[in-house]
Amino acid sequence: MNISRIFKTIFLVEFIQGLFMAIKELFKKSKTINYPFEKGSISPRMRGEHALRRYPNGEERCIACKLCEAVCPAQAITIESTERTDGSRKTTRYDIDMLKCIYCGLCQESCPVDAIVQGPNFEFATETREELYYNKQKLLDNGDRWEAVLEKNLKLDKPYK
Amino acid sequence: MTEYLFILGQEIYKILFLLIPILVSVAMIVWLDRRVWGLVQKRKGPNVVGPFGLLQTIADALKYIFKEIIIPASANKTVFILAPIVTMTLALVAWAVIPMSEKLILSDINVGILYLFAVSSLGVYGIIMGGWASNSKYPFLGAIRSAAQMVSYEVSIGIIIINVLLCVGSLNLKDIVIAQKELWYVVPLFPMFIIFFISALAETNRPPFDLPEAEAELVAGYQTEYSGMMYAMFWLGEYANILLMCAMGSILFLGGWLPLIDIYPINLIPAPLWMILKILFLFLLFALVKAIVPRYRYDQLMRLGWKIFLPFSLVYLVLTASFLFYFDKLPTGNI
Repeated sequence: MNISRIFKTIFLVEFIQGLFMAIKELFKKSKTINYPFEKGSISPRMRGEHALRRYPNGEERCIACKLCEAVCPAQAITIESTERTDGSRKTTRYDIDMLKCIYCGLCQESCPVDAIVQGPNFEFATETREELYYNKQKLLDNGDRWEAVLEKNLKLDKPYK
Repeated sequence: MTEYLFILGQEIYKILFLLIPILVSVAMIVWLDRRVWGLVQKRKGPNVVGPFGLLQTIADALKYIFKEIIIPASANKTVFILAPIVTMTLALVAWAVIPMSEKLILSDINVGILYLFAVSSLGVYGIIMGGWASNSKYPFLGAIRSAAQMVSYEVSIGIIIINVLLCVGSLNLKDIVIAQKELWYVVPLFPMFIIFFISALAETNRPPFDLPEAEAELVAGYQTEYSGMMYAMFWLGEYANILLMCAMGSILFLGGWLPLIDIYPINLIPAPLWMILKILFLFLLFALVKAIVPRYRYDQLMRLGWKIFLPFSLVYLVLTASFLFYFDKLPTGNI
């Protein structure tokens, strides 16, 4: 051990430096956000909870092409369709098993009419499994609830598609 | 008969008057510890329950009360249950002799410092009992470590106390404080104060000496098998012990309830408040140290205790004694 090392050991130099550094850090602003009250920013590409969108006139966008059902790697989507009286093809059943879903985003990529999208919401934990078997009504409600954000996000992401 | 009842009631009142503030301050101190630790690491620390999260510990304690107490099948039931009770009781019993001011003291005994030292030494029994009675390998190893560690550092704390006693000439805690009226002992005995502080860290199993509960190696040391209220009692006892060590440090070195300078606006602050401020200052140091230091290796811990602190405090003891003798300053009057 050289002299300066011995000096440092006896007079606890490094310990005192550390102590002062700790005191300095004590008064700096903390990096943690207060989660349930403040939230971090989320990318427009966030693949969160699913939603089925509507046209501005209230008509469902989904044309029951079943591309999402076909592409889904987890086979979480189930669709049944029928012809409506006006001749258009619409779904009678659109179920997503949120427990099977792996949130890969292939369904929204495959959708030709931007009907099924994944929104920015990730706080949809439930207390029972049954609540996570989403049906068409639930997905449409989600779409109505998040429409403003969804439209903005789609617009922001458009140049990269 | 009524006279005895009156005395009994008075004593119980006095004890409660001491015990309840201590338990409340232990709860506050746990919060302060976690909060300081968090803020140094740029986290927030507990801040939800009550104002600034002040009631967090009370919420935790309530949670522990409602949890099941699990006693392992192979444990020695009596000793297993007794261990946290011993830890908690000893941590609280020692407060009887701590003077908060000239008059605010539960029992003013002449061998106060000896009593304090004896009770804080007994604290190791709670840990050994807990570790042994659990009948499981990690608690056992943790208890062995803890016993060796606490015994080692008690030796140097003992010699540091003798250093102070040499200057005072009395074992009474009140006399120790009053003797510091002109000069706090932290000035002439500064190296001893540092060693006392570090030994107190080791004595209370605080980082960097928290080997008995080194979670990477020993799960949680002697607390591994404990759950519910019994775990909480270990945990509160530990913090009561830390508070006790801070009180001891402020009595021995920082002049107890004496004000910083005895001039007009400063000495208006009441004496118990000075004591509390000093305890808080020492505890803040404890909390900051916890945030900045890595854990010692076991052999380093033993080396520090036996090969550095013990000889150093012994040499300093001889130096103090010779200084006092040479300049004829040995205290004589109040023995």
